[in-house]
Amino acid sequence: MKKIEAVIRHYKLEDVKKALTDAGIVGMTVCEVRGFGRQRGHKEQYRGAEYTVDFMPKLKVEVVVDDPQLESAINAITTSAQTGNVGDGKIFISSLEDVIRIRTGETGVEAI
Amino acid sequence: MKKVEAIIRHYKLEEVKDALTEVGVTGMTVSEIRGFGRQKGHKEQYRGAEYAVDFLPKVKMEVVTSDEDLKSVIDTILQTARTGQIGDGKIFVTNLNEAIRIRTGETGADSL
Amino acid sequence: MIYRFGFALILTFLLSGFASTSLLADDVPEIRESGEVAAADEGLDSGNIAWMLTSSALVLMMTAPGLALFYGGLVRKKNILGVMMQCIFLMGLMTVVWALWGYSLAFGGTSPYVGNFDHLLLKGVIPDGQMAKSEWVKACIFCVFQGMFFIITPALICGAFAERMKFSTMCVFMVLWGTFVYCPIAHWVWADSGWLCEWNKQALYPAFDFAGGTVVHISSGASALICALLIGKRLGFGQEPMPPHNLTYTCIGAALLWVGWFGFNAGSALEANALAVNAFVATHFAAAAGVLAWSIAEWVALGRPSILGACSGAVAGLVCITPAAGAVNPIQGILLGLIAGFVCYIACTKVKNTFGYDDSLDAFGVHGVGGTVGALLVGIFATADVTGGRVGVIEGNAAQLVNQVVGIGAAAILAIVGSVILLKVLDATMGLRVSQEDEIRGLDLSQHSEEGYIFL
Repeated sequence: MKKIEAVIRHYKLEDVKKALTDAGIVGMTVCEVRGFGRQRGHKEQYRGAEYTVDFMPKLKVEVVVDDPQLESAINAITTSAQTGNVGDGKIFISSLEDVIRIRTGETGVEAI
Repeated sequence: MKKVEAIIRHYKLEEVKDALTEVGVTGMTVSEIRGFGRQKGHKEQYRGAEYAVDFLPKVKMEVVTSDEDLKSVIDTILQTARTGQIGDGKIFVTNLNEAIRIRTGETGADSL
Repeated sequence: MIYRFGFALILTFLLSGFASTSLLADDVPEIRESGEVAAADEGLDSGNIAWMLTSSALVLMMTAPGLALFYGGLVRKKNILGVMMQCIFLMGLMTVVWALWGYSLAFGGTSPYVGNFDHLLLKGVIPDGQMAKSEWVKACIFCVFQGMFFIITPALICGAFAERMKFSTMCVFMVLWGTFVYCPIAHWVWADSGWLCEWNKQALYPAFDFAGGTVVHISSGASALICALLIGKRLGFGQEPMPPHNLTYTCIGAALLWVGWFGFNAGSALEANALAVNAFVATHFAAAAGVLAWSIAEWVALGRPSILGACSGAVAGLVCITPAAGAVNPIQGILLGLIAGFVCYIACTKVKNTFGYDDSLDAFGVHGVGGTVGALLVGIFATADVTGGRVGVIEGNAAQLVNQVVGIGAAAILAIVGSVILLKVLDATMGLRVSQEDEIRGLDLSQHSEEGYIFL
């Protein structure tokens, strides 16, 4: 099993959710994060004090998939979250040792 | 070492935290997230505009534990976070290569 | 170039204004000294003064924090500062316009149709060393009270183009709108010589508008609809969710509007008198009934009442009683509030969805529709018990309904035509909308380089 963490633009969430659902992925979690990569921040001014805000607001989408689904999930995210401009985000993949559904105690792939 | 990420219901947080503390867990990180799995969202209406809210608010709890304690941590979460209803959440387990306490530089199980 | 010319013009105005005040400087101490004499000695009533100053402050409070929070909570969080800035900036901008020429255009002269420039730079309104104190104090209080209406009316329109209008264009639009739409309508309805003025014996169509059903709510509501249509929908409207980001703010804002409205309506008696008492109580009752009507409609239709519904119902009730507060009694106020709550509920939920326009925060649905309902109903229910003379259909004056319809129609037509012309011109010269990219980033960052919620 793999955990996919995708950092995406806020307004792409609905598209990504739809693409993943269409690819057969049934669950996901989302949280607000801030970060930067190639896209560097903008300037904000508060009463003359200027701040460079490097940490841009983004959404982090986390999805857990069984290994055979990994590629289609990544494709779904890449195509739906892409705008072609700097700041589209990144996808991180890590291996997951186990998944447990709290309600039933099921483990492994069944619990996804 | 393992990292345990548990997605649980908001109101179970205190109970799970107390139970984990009792089995010897000394630290954890909590964040508010939104997500969905089997539990379907609900509809919200704002002046006639209807929105399907799929992403339901949940709490994500992250606990790092030694390999030996993993089972008791998972069991504790399962026992306390479970209501038996859809929406109880999931537990994800990943392998952790290293943990370091920033203040002292201690590593491994000592840093937990 | 156009901007430069505009700035130069404003600067000239300001300078000539300051010049005349500096001539006054010598007189000021004298005024202070005589101020120790009891106000009543010069025909001034301290109770009236206190009430009107309080009312003016209450009406200002309606724009910010009232409307700023009410609207701010309804937008997505990347746009909260955009909306709040519109409110707070209009407080500054419209006040200065009012002082320089707005008041004069609205209340100067004796023409039934337009004001004149007699009170440019508030001549005859502020102390000039010659006028009796009783004279300028009265004018000055009226001017500042009316000035608060000149702020909130354009601010109401902001609800229609929230989350997408270019800030610079909005500023120019509001100055022009205030000058060419608001001032004439205010003159028709509230200047003693106006052709719609209810207390003008020579008026062609004396229509009831106690506190601004036509001047404030129909004018802003009709213009709001035009703005929503001409500026276009928000990106992703109808496809992606755009729920309110903080209904807590919206609720606080609605509560502040409710309280501020006591100044708006009861203050429109212009004195601390019986009419003010009736207006105060009728206003309060209408708001209360509006809450019930909208909530019950939702309860029946959707199975549960919502906080946004309750807040919207209060505002709908308040809008509806605005033209009527000085002509109906408080129990009739309850009836008006109930009707408005229900009709505005239909306007904001069913009508908007049917036609598909993006009146983002329902400026038309609540103010345009609620104002129209109120202006019609006052023509039916107006009672001599409150007005002391002028009555509506029920007490035997069927022609009053015609006057009300003419008043509504005239205000709506000028608002619509004026807004279409101004928006077309501004679209061709400055552009109405922010770029697509800026709209996606949000107005907070793209228009003001600030964020409402900072991550620290």
